Amino acid sequence: MTAVLDTAGPAAPPRANGELVFAEPWESRAFGMAVSLADAGAFTWDAFRDRLVARIAAWEAEHGAGGPGAPEFRYYACWLDALEDVLVDGGALGGDDVAARSTELAARPAGHDHRDDEHGHGHGH
Amino acid sequence: MTDAPTRRPEPAQRTEALESLLVERGLIDPAVMDKFIKTYEQDVGPLNGAKVVAAAWTDPEYKERLLAEGTAAIKEFGFGGPQGEHIVVLEQTDDVHHVVVCTLCSCYPWPVLGLPPSWYKDPAYRARVVREPRKVLHEMGLDVPADKKIEVWDSSSEVRYLVLPQRPAGTDGWDAEALTPLVTRDAMVGVAVVAAP
Repeated sequence: MTAVLDTAGPAAPPRANGELVFAEPWESRAFGMAVSLADAGAFTWDAFRDRLVARIAAWEAEHGAGGPGAPEFRYYACWLDALEDVLVDGGALGGDDVAARSTELAARPAGHDHRDDEHGHGHGH
Repeated sequence: MTDAPTRRPEPAQRTEALESLLVERGLIDPAVMDKFIKTYEQDVGPLNGAKVVAAAWTDPEYKERLLAEGTAAIKEFGFGGPQGEHIVVLEQTDDVHHVVVCTLCSCYPWPVLGLPPSWYKDPAYRARVVREPRKVLHEMGLDVPADKKIEVWDSSSEVRYLVLPQRPAGTDGWDAEALTPLVTRDAMVGVAVVAAP
C-alpha cells in the first residue's frame, strides 16, 4: 500500500507532530459518511456545517466551554448528531430510523457483530 | 448523559445503524467511504502545508502568488478538495503574529493540514483564544513579545486560513526540501513558531 505522499524520510516530521485523527473507529465512520455524502451531493457541506455549528452550540450551552467539572467534549458525537439532522431534514432518513435500526442491531445474538455482506464496520477489521 | 428517560444508543451503535441504513438505501458506498477515510487519516496531513511553506520561503515569486491567491497557489502542488475551496494565507512578520481559530465549529484547511487536532476543536480553545490570545498562546508554549500585535482569525464556511510562519534563523542557503521538515502543523495554525534547527 503506497501512500501518495512521503510517510518516511526527510519530509516526514511534519506529520509526526500530529496525533490520532480519530479517537475511536466509529468516529472515522461518521466522518467518512459525511464527507462521501456531501461529495455525492446528498447535501451541501454548508448545510452540514450549519447543523454541526448548532449541535456544538447546544452542547456548549448545556455544559459550558469546558470549565472544571464539565464533561469531556465529544466532537464527533456532535458531528454524528449533525449528520442525522441534515439527513432527516433532507428527507433521506425518518426521524426514528436510526433509533429503530440501533435497537435491531443491539438485539443481534452475541458474537455476531458483523454481517458477512457488509464491509468496513466501525469495529476495526 | 446517564439515565435520561429515553436513553439514546451510544454513538458507536448509532453510527453502525446509520451506515447500514445508508448503504441499504444506496446513499453511500462503503468502498468510497473507506477511500475518503484513508485519504484523511493517512495521506493528507500537515506535510502538504509544510511543502507550501518551504516553497514560499525559497521562491519569492511563489510566495507572492501564495499571499495573493492562496487556493490557486496551493493547487499548483495538486493540493485541493473539501475544506480547501478558499484558503487565505497569513504571513507572520516581525510586527504581527497571526493565530487561527474556528469559533463556531472546526473549519480548518484540510488539503494542507489534514484534519484538525483535538485542541483546535475544543470549546476552551475556541472561546478563549479570541478573548485572551496572548495568555492562551503562552499556555501552549508560545510567548509572543509584548510589543508584537496578535491578530486572531476566525475561520468560516467561506474562508480557511493557513499561516505562513517566519523562516527560522540559521537556514541560509537551505533548499525547500531541507526546510520542509522544520515546519510544524502548530506553526501553520499560529500557535507556535518554527524553531531554528
